Amino acid sequence: MGKRDYSMHGTDAARAVEAGLAAAEWYHTDVPRKEMKALMTRADQPALRDTALLFAAMIGFAAAGIALWPSWASAPFWLAYGVLYGSAMDSRWHECGHGTAFKTRWMNDALYQVASFCMMRNPTTWRWSHARHHTDTIIVGRDPEIAIMRPPEVLKLALAFIGLRDVAQAIPRMLLNASGRLHPDEATWIPEQEQPKAIRAARVWVRIYAATIALALWTGSFLPLMLVGLPRIYGAWHHVLTGFLQHGGLADNVIDHRLNSRTVYMNPVSRFIYWNMNYHVEHHMFPMVPYHALPALHEKIKHDLPAPNRSMPDAWREMWPALRRQMQNEEYFLERALPPTAKPYRLALHGAPVPAE
Amino acid sequence: MPWIDACAADDIDEEDVIRFDHDGRSFALYRSPDDSFHCTDGICSHEHAYLAEGLVMGYEIECPKHNGVFDYRTGAAKRAPACDDLRTYPVKIEAGRVLVEL
Repeated sequence: MGKRDYSMHGTDAARAVEAGLAAAEWYHTDVPRKEMKALMTRADQPALRDTALLFAAMIGFAAAGIALWPSWASAPFWLAYGVLYGSAMDSRWHECGHGTAFKTRWMNDALYQVASFCMMRNPTTWRWSHARHHTDTIIVGRDPEIAIMRPPEVLKLALAFIGLRDVAQAIPRMLLNASGRLHPDEATWIPEQEQPKAIRAARVWVRIYAATIALALWTGSFLPLMLVGLPRIYGAWHHVLTGFLQHGGLADNVIDHRLNSRTVYMNPVSRFIYWNMNYHVEHHMFPMVPYHALPALHEKIKHDLPAPNRSMPDAWREMWPALRRQMQNEEYFLERALPPTAKPYRLALHGAPVPAE
Repeated sequence: MPWIDACAADDIDEEDVIRFDHDGRSFALYRSPDDSFHCTDGICSHEHAYLAEGLVMGYEIECPKHNGVFDYRTGAAKRAPACDDLRTYPVKIEAGRVLVEL
């Protein structure tokens, strides 16, 4: 394989379709129907508790930041507010996009809209791009949400921690959408009947940002921007720290999530911010299981999965050397060992010969 | 059109779904909370996924792959990414068997 072409219209996109990697049937661990049904069951209570806690913390940190502004003493409060705005909202956007956070649909939809705004992700465009990410996870030319493209570029990776890449793409895209147009890539995954919704959301957002900027100019203070917009930059680091681990350094162009996704045990604070997406193999294999049931799902299927990383530092220690090697040789990836209790990887589907029965 | 014997009524739990394949096609058979039976196409209208692996909540089925939602009584798509309705098929119960008109 030569240099990868990550565009949705490129040579790798065509090659993935030819190779049967697009919309393929993926490996799933067997879970009895009754057990899976229990795991998939929706509830409002866990997300109501977590959402109340999230917004209470955001209001508290913002109030302290405003009270101490412009003293440097306000900085810790802005850092905490920023992580909740620019990172916790990433996982809320994600879970509500799946419709699994709450049992009650309007609650999912309401939090989804708020989180999409905070993350500067058009609620329609990104709903569809994430659907594609689940259909064609880390298939080059098909998955529009590959965070670490090969060969990895250190500067791009570093800039992601301060949200600059995302924001630099999101603002022109928002203005493009607000002008009534879509990017050609977006048009490949958003059905025509849904496209006006993307444009409507962009127009609302432009008004909100214009009002925020006008307020900052009128008051002669950065404070309105510290509350709206800038936290997407200064609070992004946690979702990048956790998000890179989802698939970084692992295989691409395979149809078994055990090969291209990573489960990592994390501390309770990061798990609250990340809403249990550290159970990432489990989430991709069974996206209908709500975040609060992922630990139980993990216990049920871990015999069939590679051993999870023991902590975030452990996972970064595994991933970073692999990324370094990919900088020299983009074909390199980590193949994680399965326990003896697991069903083997389906080699026939990944370009290798079928072993004799 | 012929009525096809699909399964025993007791094969489907209340508020649940099973897969039924016939003549090279796949269908989903549902038992609602009020004990009525229904049948739709078995594969999601958005992308290839068997609806029988999804979750029945009340009178709706959620696709296991992208969480698209349909009303299985009418086939109507209720939540993106499902946009196109499912086809539905008449169902009747006779002597404890589920019959589908295909």
